Amino acid sequence: MTHAPDRVRREDPRRTPSPSAGKTGTPGHRSTGKRTLIRLLLVTFVGLGIAVLTPGVASADGEQVRGTLTTNTTGPIEGVTVTVETADGQEVGEAESDERGRFSVPVPAAGEYVVTLDADSLPEGVTVGGGGDTRTVTVEVNGREPVNFALSSGERGGGSERILAVQLFVDGLRFGLLIAICAVGLSLIFGTTGLTNFAHGEMVTIGAIVAFYLNVDADIPLLASAVLAVIIGGLIGALNELALWRPLRRRGTGLVAALVVSIGLSLAVRYIIQTVYGGRSNPYTDYQSQRARDYGTFALTDRDLYSIIISLVVLLAVALMLQRTRIGKAMRAVADNRDLAASSGINVDRVILVVWVMGGALAALGGVLLGLSDQIQWDMGFRLLLLMFAGVTLGGLGTAYGALIGSVIVGVFVQMSTLVIRDDMKYVGGLLLLILILIVRPQGILGSKARIG
Amino acid sequence: MADLLDAFQLGVRAMFAYQAVFFALLAIGLNLHFGYTGLLNFGQIAFAMLGGFGVAISVSKWDLPFWVGVLVGIAAAVFLALLLGLPTLRLRADYLAIVTIAAAEALRLVFRSGGSTELTNSTQGISDFNADFLSLAPWSVAKRYDILGTRWSGGELWVITVGWTLVALSCLLVWALMRSPWGRVLRAVREDEDAARALGKNVYAFKMQSLVLGGVFGALGGMVYAVGTGSQNPDQYQNANTFLAYGALILGGAARVMGPVIGAMLLWFIIAFSDSALAALVSGDNSFFGLFEWGDLLSTTDIAYIRFIIIGVGLMLLMIFRPQGILGDRREVMLDAR
Repeated sequence: MTHAPDRVRREDPRRTPSPSAGKTGTPGHRSTGKRTLIRLLLVTFVGLGIAVLTPGVASADGEQVRGTLTTNTTGPIEGVTVTVETADGQEVGEAESDERGRFSVPVPAAGEYVVTLDADSLPEGVTVGGGGDTRTVTVEVNGREPVNFALSSGERGGGSERILAVQLFVDGLRFGLLIAICAVGLSLIFGTTGLTNFAHGEMVTIGAIVAFYLNVDADIPLLASAVLAVIIGGLIGALNELALWRPLRRRGTGLVAALVVSIGLSLAVRYIIQTVYGGRSNPYTDYQSQRARDYGTFALTDRDLYSIIISLVVLLAVALMLQRTRIGKAMRAVADNRDLAASSGINVDRVILVVWVMGGALAALGGVLLGLSDQIQWDMGFRLLLLMFAGVTLGGLGTAYGALIGSVIVGVFVQMSTLVIRDDMKYVGGLLLLILILIVRPQGILGSKARIG
Repeated sequence: MADLLDAFQLGVRAMFAYQAVFFALLAIGLNLHFGYTGLLNFGQIAFAMLGGFGVAISVSKWDLPFWVGVLVGIAAAVFLALLLGLPTLRLRADYLAIVTIAAAEALRLVFRSGGSTELTNSTQGISDFNADFLSLAPWSVAKRYDILGTRWSGGELWVITVGWTLVALSCLLVWALMRSPWGRVLRAVREDEDAARALGKNVYAFKMQSLVLGGVFGALGGMVYAVGTGSQNPDQYQNANTFLAYGALILGGAARVMGPVIGAMLLWFIIAFSDSALAALVSGDNSFFGLFEWGDLLSTTDIAYIRFIIIGVGLMLLMIFRPQGILGDRREVMLDAR
């Protein structure tokens, strides 16, 4: 089996939750040794940014073949010619990749097409990797068929001593810190209200998409967009509490009923987002064409580096707030024992409101960071939610520090697991970890036994 | 007006189509879990996927007879229920919820992974496995039949005949079980686990039996869906479907034998009616009191997603204002996490 069809499935962005796919190389050739591993690290596959529609759902734009040309070290590659022919060799059309490395060629009808990449138009140092420069694809009726070319760049390990495990660890750390940012809010909301908020993932998506519209449509620099998105995220958190959850608590709605309500909310918001934003995945305009910097045993783009730094600073600030400030102590008190906190004069409703605002703002920030490293998709938050749950459960439901530790472990575990299992199954490893934890230590690392029932 | 009548007719047809059977069976399983036992299974679609793929893989990959495929699907569902139940059923209700939803998503990822191509054809999907089933039909499956103004193919009629028979038998089984001492223990577990334990009942075992049996109903639903569509693709089993089934269950009334069936039929009426009514709305020159054109607001693609928005909002409103649905008893559905 060649890489190409294989990769098409894996990189299908709507369904394969892989925030850092394309950086971890491909499994499947691992047996050929470490050198190959290092080389594979430099190989990046194309195919982010493809709209994939639910089977049977027609698109109005007609059939086309599309893809993205990019490598880890050069970023998107512009000006590469891609030619599409029918199965019997008749040319249908050609296109050049744009500044984001994207190309799309409309085809007249559904059927089989041969897509050829002009290797001569590739920039210096970039070569066609495994699978060669042609792909045969089958376009479905009204389908937009993603095509993936494996491109490799760089001196193939020359000079630098990169180690795949270290690279994956650093990627995992970035990803885990990102999960932690989103999950702290989830855990605090659970701790203070008892609600398992299944709609938390949508706050992540909303953060990413607000920043997307501000950045791409309104041309506001990403940094400013991110700040605005975080503020809006906080407001959405407040809205959640004031318009929905506080009235429900007043009504005395049970926790299970509240949980089903949050599922309904998640479902409705997710598909409203899909209707408004669409099924495509798009990048921000800023910081897209960065080259990975060499740090000896691993390489990192600047945006990933800043993502790690921002996550660390924010999480440290949250920890300091919980530890030192009045409201932070009140949060921990409410999470620990709500009635006792109320009877010692803490305004529980106010504390919960602050927790929601904080949770919403942090989730939005996590969404922006995830949108930066991956791309923005309508269901990115929901897919992250499952990993947040894994992290929160691992650390101990309801504890802020537990969420932090657990999330980082899950992030690193998920990335490192690609050493052993296929890239498109890495989230499965996270789930197995979750089940294992529940068997061995159901209260999690920092949780207390009383909570688990 | 003619459009509305057409939409209404399509809605009525959808009430009896195999999709309604599929969701009725999913919801019957969930009723056992959620309605009677108080278990939060958010991964019911995974049981259906194992059922559907159990048949598809057995018949098309392993060349086994159809009925063996049915057994394989059921066995897989039982195994999944045991796997998920073992670590979580001793814990509080939301742990099962988290694990089941994660397992459903993970299982779908495994099935669509390139590494599973040999078994599941990954995203290409499996087809050509329902010929054996269709050949059992007592009438011609290729012919078309008109029944009360709706058109059905013979194959569809055979699938829904078997499907609704299965639903009736399942309802009968649930009804009989819930009258039995076993069913009374399940309700006792739902109401007060500690009290049930104090009476010497092995709560863990009862929960596990409920999880397994409900999962098998889900698997049967998946099989009906599989022979109904004639093709199996992991992406047909998006986890949002679990919540459509929850919508059906809560709409009809949890902890009632007929609740999930009525809920599933109504759900599909709503879905089919709104789909075709919206399609008619956006395809013609219809404007909202002259303010804007519906066609500019929604594309034909968007309509498929509207159902999830309707169900999501509906689920919230039902759970808040009428948790007992149409048939249920409010006292029976005031669950709380333990």
